[in-house]
Amino acid sequence: MFPYSHRVHQDAVPDAPALQVCDLVAAYPGTRRLALKGVTLCVPIGARVALVGHNGAGKSTLLKAVAGLLPVRSGSIAIYGNPPGACHHRVAYLPQRREIDWRFPITLRKLVLTGRYVHLGWLKRPTREDWQIADAMIDQLDLSDLRHRQIGQLSGGQQQRALLARALAQEAELLLLDEPLNAVDAETRTMMIQLLQMLRQEGKTVITATHDLGRLETDFDGALYLAEGREVEPPPGTFSGMKVGVLA
Amino acid sequence: MDWLIAPFRFGFMQSALVAALLVGIVCASIGVYVVLRRMAFIGDALSHTILPGVVMAYLHGWSLPGGALVAGLATALGIGWLSRREAIREDTAIGVVFTGMFALGVLLMSTARSFRDFSHILFGNILGVTGADLRLMGLMTVSVLALLVLFHKELELTSFDPTHAEVIGLKASWLRYLLLILLAFAVVSSIQVVGVVMTSALLITPAAAASLLTHRLWRMTVIAVGVAVLSGLIGLYASFYANASSGAAIVLACTGFFMLAWAWHALHQRLSQPQIEDVWN
Repeated sequence: MFPYSHRVHQDAVPDAPALQVCDLVAAYPGTRRLALKGVTLCVPIGARVALVGHNGAGKSTLLKAVAGLLPVRSGSIAIYGNPPGACHHRVAYLPQRREIDWRFPITLRKLVLTGRYVHLGWLKRPTREDWQIADAMIDQLDLSDLRHRQIGQLSGGQQQRALLARALAQEAELLLLDEPLNAVDAETRTMMIQLLQMLRQEGKTVITATHDLGRLETDFDGALYLAEGREVEPPPGTFSGMKVGVLA
Repeated sequence: MDWLIAPFRFGFMQSALVAALLVGIVCASIGVYVVLRRMAFIGDALSHTILPGVVMAYLHGWSLPGGALVAGLATALGIGWLSRREAIREDTAIGVVFTGMFALGVLLMSTARSFRDFSHILFGNILGVTGADLRLMGLMTVSVLALLVLFHKELELTSFDPTHAEVIGLKASWLRYLLLILLAFAVVSSIQVVGVVMTSALLITPAAAASLLTHRLWRMTVIAVGVAVLSGLIGLYASFYANASSGAAIVLACTGFFMLAWAWHALHQRLSQPQIEDVWN
């Protein structure tokens, strides 16, 4: 009834890719250093794309810019043909774990429920359906026994799964995952990879930041290699797959 | 047990009781957010910066709570605005505004006849609560509680995950302003009870004690309100029977409850050490 953003929900532009980034330049507020120095990227609907690079290469920055968390200095971003923020419920963003205050007194179930808030807006309380969706995602990520636990009392892998459950509860079309497999246990890793495959079958688009070159070929359709805020050629012998950037 | 009931045969003690209840409820329930969002310093600053507003109102014969409210809102918005700029860090900005405004208040007081007139503003006097004070406190309490309930979902989300809030188009800075404004309301309503110097204790200490006892937000709020209201009562008796400063007695009672909570927490941790390790491994 009263959406958080004043912008009107817009329909996807027909035939537009899930994400089109053109010559994007961005910097963190209050800093002069450019974190992205002209990145171009096109991700078709339903693709699984990896952003690969070392820490500080610009992977997280690119995801943040697409999520509308960073102002764009120049260049453009189009999500299903619309500017970022035109339709908040269409984009889900999975932050790195350190961006959340895990000591806050809230249960895992409530954390996952916050994925539904974009559909509620101001004043409206979560409905029974919202709780059901949150619970279904919790079950899917095998967290049912932990649903009433305070979020700080979960292991790192469980926290990461909780964040993914929230991103799924949002029922977004485009998922932006920032290092989802960073420092998680083998069980969580397997579960998350299976889920990403399932999302692909549902026609969702997934863009994942990673610095792990190991499983790119099996888990992704394409990859964009970044270094110091620019796209770089894939290192010799590494996976490139579907063309998503400007370089081969 | 007559000594427990006897004081409330007096009208001024009945008013004081209602004041202790209202102020305990409003300060503790908002204090939970102040503690969880690590805004303790800003809460302290806000209570001090209303001094020039109160003194100015006193010297010109305006309404004291009115002066306090204007100064409180100006500070709340000023700090919120300053901390958006990256040029100086937030705690530095608060430090500058807080000491400057407090000094202005002291300077204004020194131009008046004597400091004595202002002791009840500085240190509070719960036994001197008037009907008008009570109406103001009631109004503030109802508005603060209503807004906390209406915007609970958003306050909670922006407290533990402002990034997700921004991604879904919810401006975390708006909720911050809202909280600062509510904080100004709470501070204004509690000056009469504990004074500007000690108001922040009523905001922070009950919530801090509650945070040691539970991992649930609503339980934390209930415990914090309980601690604040009980402390208010203890202060009331101390004032009545020992002629002690009501503000100081209330704050010390809060501190006592905090120490009890701390002891319980430490004991509990020691007893359940193996289990806690279990959770983290």
